[in-house]
Amino acid sequence: MTAVFWIAGILAVAGALGVIVAKTPVHSVISLVVNILALAALYLALHAEFLALIQVIVYAGAIMILFLFVIALLTARKDPIERTEGKLEGQRELGLVTAVGGAVLMIAVAASAGLGRMPANEALPSGFGSAAAFGRELLTTHIFSFELTAFVLLAAVIGVVVLVGRRQL
Amino acid sequence: MEMVLLLLLKSIVWIVVLLSIFAFLMLFERKFLGYFQLRLGPNRTGPWGLLQPVADAVKIIIKEDIIPREADRITYKLAPIASLFVALAAFASIPVGPPIELFGRTIELSIVNPNAGVLLLFATTSLGVYGITLGGWASQSKYSLLGALRSTAQMISYELSLGLSIIGVLILAGSLNLYDIVQAQERVWFVLLNPVGFLIFFISMFAETNRVPFDLPEAETELVSGYSTEYSGMRFGMFMIAEYINMITMSALAALLYLGGWNGPSFLPGIVWFALKVTLFIFIFIWVRATMPRLRYDRLMSFGWKVMLPVALANLVITAAAVSLF
Repeated sequence: MTAVFWIAGILAVAGALGVIVAKTPVHSVISLVVNILALAALYLALHAEFLALIQVIVYAGAIMILFLFVIALLTARKDPIERTEGKLEGQRELGLVTAVGGAVLMIAVAASAGLGRMPANEALPSGFGSAAAFGRELLTTHIFSFELTAFVLLAAVIGVVVLVGRRQL
Repeated sequence: MEMVLLLLLKSIVWIVVLLSIFAFLMLFERKFLGYFQLRLGPNRTGPWGLLQPVADAVKIIIKEDIIPREADRITYKLAPIASLFVALAAFASIPVGPPIELFGRTIELSIVNPNAGVLLLFATTSLGVYGITLGGWASQSKYSLLGALRSTAQMISYELSLGLSIIGVLILAGSLNLYDIVQAQERVWFVLLNPVGFLIFFISMFAETNRVPFDLPEAETELVSGYSTEYSGMRFGMFMIAEYINMITMSALAALLYLGGWNGPSFLPGIVWFALKVTLFIFIFIWVRATMPRLRYDRLMSFGWKVMLPVALANLVITAAAVSLF
């Protein structure tokens, strides 16, 4: 399991770096897919089988493909659209500050929560991470956030219908 | 360690078997297309043209590998590999028969058997579109890009109805495991309990594998050959192999989910029943190719979203209600 963690972890970080380093947008998308698949492997190492598969189906299988669709359409010619740095100034400096600040914050939170001292082999409840356990949790404990998310998605669907369908009405 | 070796051995056997099936599938497709069109099909290489796969393999391997000057080289090379990898990986969770006893141990006839087998299969096949989209984009050619964009839109649209039709089966079987699903069909096949779901699955199956009448990503008559226009030699071969293996995977999935998998009268072993059912679906794939014209693109999309999706949703609600009430 430790080997899985290290391999998947390194791949996830490499993928995340690839997203920002790549010059071509399509290469960024490929890196992000690698990152998402590595994250799914990490979930799997945590015995969250259902979550890992849903991660692949929803993010790698649907959302990133739509990203790729739009980016492939916009960069149909190979030369990158943005040759210059653009009008936004001080991006690098701001990015550096945010990254360092975020890292410090995360390390502080991890240290105060005592993540380094987590018990190693605590027994998992039976059926942990299975679709049944996941569904029961989602529809009992987290029913409010579940319904709220459904409501937000419904609003988005109605919004799309109103915006796109107006021409034909 | 022993488990890893067994996995490795199974994987190698599976890949060899799949590639051999692919080779002869091409021959059978050309033969049957020939008969459907009152021709003879390939008949110069060996008896009944049986050596045709060998001739094809030699030809495709020694062809020149052409990379367009404007192409994005890394992505161009990556795309066919991704396609083939996903196609082969998808087959890993498909069981081809009941577990057998060999050398005093039980061996499952699938490479892996996770609890959520159907989801794993669905997750892997949903990655299949990357190879096509990336290949089409990397070629930097109009036809390739148009083919790639079409295939993305088409596969995403039909994946929805495919997924929804599968959920009906999952509700009936009460499990995500492919062995359990086959077990649940020992008495009645799900095609009888959920005929509408089967119909939706059956139609989506053709769209997901980019086969006639949904072969718009390739559409020779208008897009030359779609996403694979610029590919030659073995790189084109990899796309071909991926397409045919996807066809086998989908046929196997249809047999597992709706036709009772390896269940059948006991005068034949389970694995033979399963092979027969898969062959039936593959024959239907070829039959449809010989019979149906290609759909127009806008009709394909509106059919997917305005007919398939609502029917699949209604079928899901009715199935769920029926299962919980009776």
